[in-house]
Amino acid sequence: MIVKRTKLNFWERLYIPAVVQGLRITIRHFFKKKVTMQYPEEKWTVPEGYRGAPYLVKDPENRTKCVSCQLCEFICPPKAIRITPPGPAGLPEAGNVEKGPKEFEIDMLRCIYCGFCQEVCPEEAIFLMKDYSLTGLSRKEMVYNKEKLLAMGGVHNDQIWKWKHK
Amino acid sequence: MNWFNNLGPEAQFVIFSIVKIVGVFAVVMTSVAYSVLAERKISAFIQDRLGPNRVGPAGFLQPLADGVKSFLKEDFTPGHVRKIYFWLAPMITMIPALLVMAVIPFGSKIGAQKMVIADLNVGILYTFGIVSLGVYGIVLAGYASNSKYPFLGGIRSSAQMISYEIAMGMSVIPVFLIVGDLNLGKVIEHQARHGWLIFYAPISFIIFMISSFAETNRLPFDLPESEQELVAGYNTEYSSMKFALFFMGEYANMIAASAMMVTLFLGGWTLPFAGLDNPNPASKIIGVVQIAIFLGKIMVLMGIFIWVRWMWPRFRYDQLMDLGWRRFLPLSLLNIVATALFLWGYDMMRH
Repeated sequence: MIVKRTKLNFWERLYIPAVVQGLRITIRHFFKKKVTMQYPEEKWTVPEGYRGAPYLVKDPENRTKCVSCQLCEFICPPKAIRITPPGPAGLPEAGNVEKGPKEFEIDMLRCIYCGFCQEVCPEEAIFLMKDYSLTGLSRKEMVYNKEKLLAMGGVHNDQIWKWKHK
Repeated sequence: MNWFNNLGPEAQFVIFSIVKIVGVFAVVMTSVAYSVLAERKISAFIQDRLGPNRVGPAGFLQPLADGVKSFLKEDFTPGHVRKIYFWLAPMITMIPALLVMAVIPFGSKIGAQKMVIADLNVGILYTFGIVSLGVYGIVLAGYASNSKYPFLGGIRSSAQMISYEIAMGMSVIPVFLIVGDLNLGKVIEHQARHGWLIFYAPISFIIFMISSFAETNRLPFDLPESEQELVAGYNTEYSSMKFALFFMGEYANMIAASAMMVTLFLGGWTLPFAGLDNPNPASKIIGVVQIAIFLGKIMVLMGIFIWVRWMWPRFRYDQLMDLGWRRFLPLSLLNIVATALFLWGYDMMRH
């Protein structure tokens, strides 16, 4: 491509109008609102449907929804999930509810946020939430256990209260 | 103060000079540190960013952090450099900028003391002599680094400095035609009586200002450094404190150039009201206020230096040479002749 060079007139060749215009633009930007986000203090609000860290949720009666079916553990591509089922006796605190997990661990360093666990879960017990900045000082710290996952997940307000009358 | 009065005039002169030197040095170095912060802040604001704001309130202690960082970095001397010149170059860049400050009158008088370190009668000649030494630092750095990018930077710098120094020197001649004295203190006193010289010699001011942009290697004339084409130009091989010296030298040069502009064209420490333009101030407080005025004017000019840097693309090498030799040199010569003719005619009319 050949760029055609237009002949500048005297006023343009004097360079001064361009200088003044440049100074005007820069001074305008000087007083403009800044776009910097001061990260640790301010954070993005991620859009709906964002696939962040997977957490376990409770139902509105504060019961653990997970029933240790281990489908998520099975489907998880990087094998980040490890579920320890309660065994034939079940958990004493779970009452007549189906077998809640004895331990539920997600290795957040392995998790690839694919969302398969959420899709496969028959009980709607695990959801990818909006957390995107998981930090820790050791690998061990990055393996989230059941207690932590439930605390981070909170309560899921769904329509069907499966265990209400059991 | 009895012991002080018992000292001879020479000893008193020495003590006063030492006090002034220490004071000026401290102020210049602090201003250098804070002009770096100002540069970073203003550049950020012009680019819609916030700039450094983590160290201290609103980033105010950032220069301290920068300094500590430069000191703690490894001072690496590459194997292929010419050692002596490699060590000499950063010093030669820094020192002229500080030496120029010696003849700048930064205030009128406090008590009986003139607020200038060396009241030279050939102040401006001294300044030009010293300023032209500044180029050696960069040329030496380019030569000593013994690698292609610094070498190119050094060559560009020498060509640029020579061409713009001539235009710069020519541009101040009308000032001295008008004032009739080479002493910088006298220049300011003349401006206090007759008004600022920027109104008498605007073309001189414009040429001087643009030439000082070139002399201090600032954009749009930062060809010796030009990060995008020459890596970092003359300071490519430098690290740690030696790099910091180049960096500080650049800002010290900017401050020196601003001080020269203020002294020659913008009335130095004077403001044309409230007795602030009296060379023999009524009280010591006014003397201090005059120093503050001088510093304030320098700050405004530094702001313009920085502002221009963030709006202007770099000149091409041939454009730079063209501007220096074929535009400014003839223009400044014409300016001298015109001023001389005007002064001659004015003189004829009066007699």
